Amino acid sequence: MRLVMYAGIPGLAVQTWFFGWGALIHFLIASITIIVTEAAILEMRKKNFEVAIKDCSALVTAFLIAVSIPPFAPWWITVIGSIFAIAIVKQLYGGLGFNLFNPAMAAYVMLLISFPVQMSTWAIPQALSQFPQSFMDSFSIIFSGFSADGYSIEQLRTHVDGYTMATPLDALKTAISQGMTVQESMQTSVFNNGLGVGWFWVNFAYLLGGLLLLKVNVIKWHIPVGMIAGISVLSLFMYLIDDGIYASPMFHLFSGGFMLGVFFIATDPVSATTTNRGRIIFGLGIGAWVYIIRTWGGYPDAIAFAVLIMNMGVPLIDYYTRPRTYGHRTEHKNVIKVKQIDED
Amino acid sequence: MNQFKELSWQGLWKNNPAIVQLLGLCPLLAVTMTVINGLGLGLATTLVLIGSNCTVSLVRNLVPNEIRIPVFVMVIAGFVTVVQLLMNAYTFRLYEALGIFIPLIVTNCAIIGRAEAYASKNPVGHAAFDGLMMGLGFTLVLLILGGMRELLGYGTLFSGANLLFGEWASVLKITVFESDSPFLLAILPPGAFLGMGLLIALKNALDKRVESWVVKPEQDKVVQRARVTAES
Repeated sequence: MRLVMYAGIPGLAVQTWFFGWGALIHFLIASITIIVTEAAILEMRKKNFEVAIKDCSALVTAFLIAVSIPPFAPWWITVIGSIFAIAIVKQLYGGLGFNLFNPAMAAYVMLLISFPVQMSTWAIPQALSQFPQSFMDSFSIIFSGFSADGYSIEQLRTHVDGYTMATPLDALKTAISQGMTVQESMQTSVFNNGLGVGWFWVNFAYLLGGLLLLKVNVIKWHIPVGMIAGISVLSLFMYLIDDGIYASPMFHLFSGGFMLGVFFIATDPVSATTTNRGRIIFGLGIGAWVYIIRTWGGYPDAIAFAVLIMNMGVPLIDYYTRPRTYGHRTEHKNVIKVKQIDED
Repeated sequence: MNQFKELSWQGLWKNNPAIVQLLGLCPLLAVTMTVINGLGLGLATTLVLIGSNCTVSLVRNLVPNEIRIPVFVMVIAGFVTVVQLLMNAYTFRLYEALGIFIPLIVTNCAIIGRAEAYASKNPVGHAAFDGLMMGLGFTLVLLILGGMRELLGYGTLFSGANLLFGEWASVLKITVFESDSPFLLAILPPGAFLGMGLLIALKNALDKRVESWVVKPEQDKVVQRARVTAES
């Protein structure tokens, strides 16, 4: 699991470059909370917590929570999310290896429905911001709600020209609901050549990290390929039908947290399916759900919802994709036939 | 007298309809957003339970075994209608707040469960007392769950007491803390499920703790029944 953390470094660095130090500070808060929670609960369950903490799986959860929540979110958001992820989603189900749902994503959804305001005020790219933040600014925002110079979060989200900016996915959704076309909405300054400013590079960095993980065999190719195929096919199909109201596959692949989701979230070995065929179906399902919720749902991005929905489908997928037993040509039919012959 | 004590123990703790038998979960989870909503529904359910248990116990020797379930349902539906009309007349705003969940008391399995498992086999006095205790056990859980969710979600306790007790009760409202960002999860349905799970876990943990204190001299072999409703 430590390798997963290393592979996440480029993404985290790019995110810090574009959106300020928030993600890094949240990572520190989340790590401390998660280690303390995990140790406390394992101690209550009379288990050895040193091994559990050294395997870094909890730190990966901390990392995912920290990079998913908005950099401006107050500190208690991370603390509540981290405790929920470890105590309820992971340890109550039996600890590492037994959780049905991805802890980080379950915590993210819990935070999103509990604190919609804090969870939807995302930072804007530093290059476009009226007030770029220093490390002290980010620190001060997370712990007090105001930057070191006394600017509020709303002020920090204003463009150099003085208006509040949304994330690319949010901006596109709002524009389309107001009757604009995709091309018109992409004239605003959050976009650059049809892709979100900053967001493209964040996604690109996670893509690089993910390819590294594939290279060193920490994850397998099935889930990422399935997920990318799922969203590409659906979005290409809708894009070809009407490119006025449906954004291009390229935009979907490099927006929001998609690449983070593809390589770091969906590939969680515990809550994903266990068979290779199943992994492809699992990935396809997540990709399709992300597209469906982004396009027709109420939320701008949907990695967490898509992952949780497909987590629920994992037992079913596992059941139908059981691999062939060694020595049998196809799985169940032959077993029944052999029995019948015996009875005859 | 001993039997009444046993009935109280069964209804309030050991065989509690809400956290042991897990009956009537739909209203339990849906209306416990505040303490007062929980209390209102709990009292209504208790009234229905007492009434239906009495009546079922009275007619238990007249009703043929084959059609007892429809008869019990009719009796329960009658009492629910009475309670509904009473609430409509005297606590109208609470009636509006609880909405569909008052008529739905008729489908609360705890009631038909007690009618079938206890009232149809026991004399009136015992049946009525059993109804009271089961109802109180149910109300207790509604109160605790409502309290937990109201405290986390709104930061208050007993808000809306005036809906149940009249205008003077507005002073009962306690504001524990004020928050600009309420913990919405506690108010939404998932919060009810989580809270319920935690309550059950707490009860089991308490039971285990008490069991470990009281060292039993010898353990008789007890045939365990799968259906808890049929235990008493």
